[in-house]
Amino acid sequence: MNNILRIENLTVRVDNHQILKDFDLNINKGEVHVLLGPNGAGKTTLIKSILGFKKYVVESGKIYFKGEDITNLSISERVSKGIGVLFQHPPEINGVKLSKLLTVCDQKRNMFTKETTENACDSDLDEYMDSLAQRLKFSKDYLERDVNTGISGGEIKRSEILQMMVMQPEFLLFDEPDSGVDVENVEIIASIMRELLDRDKVPSKQEKSGLIITHLGYILKFLGHITRAHIVMDGKILCSGNPKQIINGVMKNGFEKCRECISCIDSTEKLEEVDFTL
Amino acid sequence: MIDKDKADDDIDLNDYKIEDLKTSKFYKSEQEIPDELRNSMKKVGIEVDSDKSGIFLQSGNKPDLCVSKVQGIELMPLKEALKIYDGSDGKLNLQDYFWKAVSSDKDKFTTEAAINEITDGYFIHALAGQKTIFPLQSCLFIPPFPGLKQVVHNIIIAEPGSQLDIITGCTAHTGAKSAIHLGVSEFYAKKDAKISFTMVHNWTETTKVRPRTGIILEENAKFSNFYVVMSEVKNLQTNPSIKLIGKNASYFGQTLIYAKGESYYDIGATAHLIGEGSKAEIISRVLAVDNSHVIARGKIIGDGKDVTGHIDCSALLLSPTARVDSIPAIVAQNPEVTLTHEASVGKISDDHIEYLMSRGLTEDEAINLIVSGFLDVDTSPLPPSLAEETKKIIDIVSKSEMG
Ligand SMILES: Nc1ncnc2c1ncn2[C@@H]1O[C@H](COP(=O)(O)OP(=O)(O)O)[C@@H](O)[C@H]1O
Ligand SMILES: [Mg+2]
Repeated sequence: MNNILRIENLTVRVDNHQILKDFDLNINKGEVHVLLGPNGAGKTTLIKSILGFKKYVVESGKIYFKGEDITNLSISERVSKGIGVLFQHPPEINGVKLSKLLTVCDQKRNMFTKETTENACDSDLDEYMDSLAQRLKFSKDYLERDVNTGISGGEIKRSEILQMMVMQPEFLLFDEPDSGVDVENVEIIASIMRELLDRDKVPSKQEKSGLIITHLGYILKFLGHITRAHIVMDGKILCSGNPKQIINGVMKNGFEKCRECISCIDSTEKLEEVDFTL
Repeated sequence: MIDKDKADDDIDLNDYKIEDLKTSKFYKSEQEIPDELRNSMKKVGIEVDSDKSGIFLQSGNKPDLCVSKVQGIELMPLKEALKIYDGSDGKLNLQDYFWKAVSSDKDKFTTEAAINEITDGYFIHALAGQKTIFPLQSCLFIPPFPGLKQVVHNIIIAEPGSQLDIITGCTAHTGAKSAIHLGVSEFYAKKDAKISFTMVHNWTETTKVRPRTGIILEENAKFSNFYVVMSEVKNLQTNPSIKLIGKNASYFGQTLIYAKGESYYDIGATAHLIGEGSKAEIISRVLAVDNSHVIARGKIIGDGKDVTGHIDCSALLLSPTARVDSIPAIVAQNPEVTLTHEASVGKISDDHIEYLMSRGLTEDEAINLIVSGFLDVDTSPLPPSLAEETKKIIDIVSKSEMG
């Protein structure tokens, strides 16, 4: 299988606290994985380490993207290779209009994908925004506001989604795309995520890959096929497996039980259809 | 503690000279202006040939050009205006406006301007109900004359219901070593009058600058003030005083400073809200690099009933040796006032840079995007044509100064 992201033995320190310890993760091309875990487990830390944020110091271990060691590359170099991210808490950037940032994202995508022919928006960026405005239910003056400034949780997710729609990365990291979003909007966001991740295509045509972080699970109901789920606690993956089994187990027993691992995903246990509705 | 060396309080005006005024020329039309002067004016965004309601040009201490193109808007050298407006035959008496918005004994610089009989400046007078369609332009230029002192006195009067849009550029020739600019400007906006004023300064690393501005606003008068300095300077100190004496008068001031090299700026504004319901907003944006030091002051005194005032100073430091002191002050002398301030001084946060880098921007590109956003000031308080011009100037100047 074609490997897209491989994390080997990654130990990450933040402000002198070890947050990730000997972390391993493997995602192949076309796969979408889900990472579940309680607050403070280290999920966001993992995302920022994959991207190479300064405060997240890699003490040991390696990160490979498409087989290439990216552990020591800058954020922009990593992103230029096809990584995209939707942040949980993006900062407010005064003075920079969202429309301006989207234009820059568009230029960057053109630069990064010089050779690739398939672009979701090789038409005019303006027209593309018009069509997205309808789907995502925002008015165009929303684009003239400063990035993430003085807007609601749902609007922040929209702004992040828009940037991803323009960048169309090969591999996407979603950090809690559903937190602080009401039920109706979760469905809208999920439908866009499905598109970004090629989930509506037949499996052989699913080129995009991703890692979705959530601690609710509700959004998964709308995302189509998920390859694998992992439970992360205290900076380590405690359990990996079939998404439905894993989520069933967490919902039945809670995360705390994972620490003592009660083998809730016993393979002899009969699989029930999961009701993701919480 | 304020850096004594840079603050340079002890300017000795006797160290400076006024040029030989007998040799200065007076041009009859824009076409006669020599290219060298034309190019200097471009640096402060002034294009001589574009559509304007009038133009005034002064190099050193004598006017070079004064063309007024609009009926009802008078533009002339101040010395000339003083002769015409003597109060005779029911005419305006300019003496009633002389040293009324700025007091002549305020400091040694105003004193120098007051006792100086030979220097000049401009007089702009909008007659009642008259409006400029295109802005009036003025340009004050320091010629390549080492140790020159340029002493300018301007008086601007907007009669009731009139509207004046003015764009002023002040600049120094690169050969104008160790010159000093003293500029006194007195503004009077009468009932329902509106003045919009954009001023762009472009100095050299040896120029010392002492603008002294006073603004008096009567009932319902409005004043929008944009001040942009993006060049090096030796030492610049200014603190316009705005007196809002009329009911519902309003003032909006926005200052944009890009301080670099060894520049020292002490800039501010003081608004005194006297008329009932009057309001003032004082905004400054400072970008400090290299070893520059900027003191950004703002002061609003609330005296009248139901007055409102707000001060907003924000500064970005792009070098570890740059320094910004932000000093907002609000003084309430009446319980029925609403005065607020906010200030932020700091470097660009790593979070912001890393966020933009996660969209593929390099670190430098991320910083540039944030800086250009910081400089993208809101010109909407200005009338459309002046707003457009102001944006264009900030764009031109920031491109040439920041590379
Ligand atoms: N920038 C940071 N500075 C200090 N501590 C941090 C920082 N980021 C994360 N941490 C700490 O690392 C741990 C994991 O945090 P995080 O990765 O945000 O968890 P999650 O996203 O799973 O809720 C927490 O204990 C948190 O306090
Ligand atoms: Mg998190």
